[in-house]
Amino acid sequence: MPAVQETVERVKRIDVDQYRYGFETLIESDKAPKGLSEETVKFISEKKNEPAWMLQWRLEAYRRWLTMTEPTWARVDYPKIDFQDLYYYAAPKPKKTVSSLDEIDPEILKTYEKLGIPLREVAMLEGVEPKVGEEDPARRKIAVDAVFDSVSVATTFKAELKKAGVIFMPISEAIREHPELVQKYLGSVVPTSDNFYATLNSAVFSDGSFVYVPPGVRCPMELSTYFRINERNTGQFERTLIIADKGSYVSYLEGCTAPQRDENQLHAAVVELVALDDAEIKYSTVQNWYPGNSEGKGGIYNFVTKRGDCRGANSKISWTQVETGSAITWKYPSCILRGDNSRGEFYSIAISNGFQQVDSGTKMIHLGKNTSSRIISKGIAAGKSQNTYRGLVTAHRKATGARNFTACDSLLIGDKCGAHTVPYIEAKNSSATFEHEATTSKISEDVLFYCIQRGLSQEEAVGLVVNGFVKDVLQQLPMEFAVEAQKLISISLEGSVG
Amino acid sequence: MALLEVKDLKVRVEEREILHGLTLTVNEGEVHAIMGPNGSGKSTLSHVIAGKPGYEVTDGQILFKGEDLLEMEPDERAAKGVFLAFQYPVEIPGVATMNFLRTALNAQRKARGESEYSTPDFLKKVREVSKSLNIPQDMLKRGVNVGFSGGEKKRNEVLQMALFEPSLCILDEMDSGLDIDALRIAADGVNALRSPKRAMVVITHYQRLLNYIVPDVVHVMSRGRVVKSGGKELALELEASGYAQFEAA
Repeated sequence: MPAVQETVERVKRIDVDQYRYGFETLIESDKAPKGLSEETVKFISEKKNEPAWMLQWRLEAYRRWLTMTEPTWARVDYPKIDFQDLYYYAAPKPKKTVSSLDEIDPEILKTYEKLGIPLREVAMLEGVEPKVGEEDPARRKIAVDAVFDSVSVATTFKAELKKAGVIFMPISEAIREHPELVQKYLGSVVPTSDNFYATLNSAVFSDGSFVYVPPGVRCPMELSTYFRINERNTGQFERTLIIADKGSYVSYLEGCTAPQRDENQLHAAVVELVALDDAEIKYSTVQNWYPGNSEGKGGIYNFVTKRGDCRGANSKISWTQVETGSAITWKYPSCILRGDNSRGEFYSIAISNGFQQVDSGTKMIHLGKNTSSRIISKGIAAGKSQNTYRGLVTAHRKATGARNFTACDSLLIGDKCGAHTVPYIEAKNSSATFEHEATTSKISEDVLFYCIQRGLSQEEAVGLVVNGFVKDVLQQLPMEFAVEAQKLISISLEGSVG
Repeated sequence: MALLEVKDLKVRVEEREILHGLTLTVNEGEVHAIMGPNGSGKSTLSHVIAGKPGYEVTDGQILFKGEDLLEMEPDERAAKGVFLAFQYPVEIPGVATMNFLRTALNAQRKARGESEYSTPDFLKKVREVSKSLNIPQDMLKRGVNVGFSGGEKKRNEVLQMALFEPSLCILDEMDSGLDIDALRIAADGVNALRSPKRAMVVITHYQRLLNYIVPDVVHVMSRGRVVKSGGKELALELEASGYAQFEAA
């Protein structure tokens, strides 16, 4: 959550107005009936004022979804989801306004404090009425497209981006305002028939971000989205589409939080990236959704399909993720290296504690000539969690000169957790060069004692050692994200030892 | 004044008693050597003083500056001024030595209620100390002990000792794995830290180290007890006659 004063303030200000503007109907009725049917899909499409082609697209996906079954190959174990027992759409309620920080749950404040988010920003995030605060010009500008519940209520910095010709808006708006772009690219990387969860998302996605960077433009700021889940029993179905046209560059940050709750929450997002000739997309995620309580009850189920298409020659897509939350994580941000000389990168830190289950990794699909990819994965398992890296590296017959380097390192904390590595490697031509390295180690008592003897507490020692372990990946994150991620890692592992 | 008082200490590791009632008093400003054969309990003593998990104290007491050390967590002991120079310093990949030193020093200062060092102040201090120990700046940028030679690892221990300014330094087999030149450099570093306010406990098999770090008192340990204490000449005597005479006891 790279909360920046000015952006958050703007979001806060726009929040109220936009809400009035967009949703004059009664708030309570802005919720789809429970369960999933063609009616639900139509309800969502109607709420969004979508054109007929979009509704058709959704309905086709829905009909396809009915014929599909949930995948069971991942190393995750959870009770069967009753898809008729979920709500598929909820517009945001106006936030309850509190007059001072004293009214906010001290536990929440503690977490913010640990994350190092200044209190004045907490006030914004928690809906305390803004006071005249001093701006902090030293911090870099970040444009925030805020997603509260399922509807993007605000997009900031539109003007400046507009000057550069960059389109950054909720995808629901893009469907209305830029149908030619959406129709051309939506589903072109992750087709509606791709997999059970992606198909479900295609049918019921509520909102998400849309980015288009025109040819030759270097996006003037980092683009960022907050995701928050507030509604009880509401599945989140975000849809993000980012297109970097020829010779352009964009860096996109995604950070997520969710308040504590008992029921499991389904989240099935789809992210599609398209990089044309000589374009570059850098996509960074910090994910810290509610992982469930100490008995493994509750927590978010996170079934995500993220895929980038290096469609043009010399294009580049880089995924960086710090995954610390969710009860179940099922996520494989991938790259299709279609253009000649294109490059894909995947840098990942996946931390599991308590009863969390992570099955995450990537796919690097080499189709073009002289394509290259790099995978650096750091898995950390603590508590009673299970942490799996699952990756595919494949070179097509015509992908001559394909190169991949993979390094998967796992760190175990305690003796009740598990780390697993499942790499699939396929080379269909003899000129491919694939390298794979993997290590699994336990956090050593001797290393911890050494740190503690030098004055660090047990938790500080674990945090230090783990942050050293993940350093190669942290370095890939934009600066302010890296600082927060580092703190988040230490927080996620609290109570994991002793 | 007594800095460290170990009284009739009995320690078990997994049902087996290693120390059978050990008594030792170290005063401020003194350097004590503890010698003894393998398995006599020398390293156990150093670990118990520092608070390493896995040891069960069944009887006896350890007082440090008059306070009950066994009641304190290991990090509290460090903040109070107990420093253990490890026989085999561990490697911590990805954590730059400089970052480690600052995190540790500030953790100790915070625990003592002192202000944390600012980055410029810290850098100034660490440069001063490392220069006096002839430690190149480039070593401080590397991961803690990662790829360090045996001599570099021990010098890094001495650097921390100099930086943290503990009042009790326990040196566990500092000479192991060092050639004669590396030993001399490390010993010079230790000697520079001798002060009337600071005590040292030097644990070693061999008299050799004591040529460089000359002790005030020498103790001989055997089978979990101190069996003989004397002046520095006792070390030379042991070198000539060996530990066998004590083993029989």
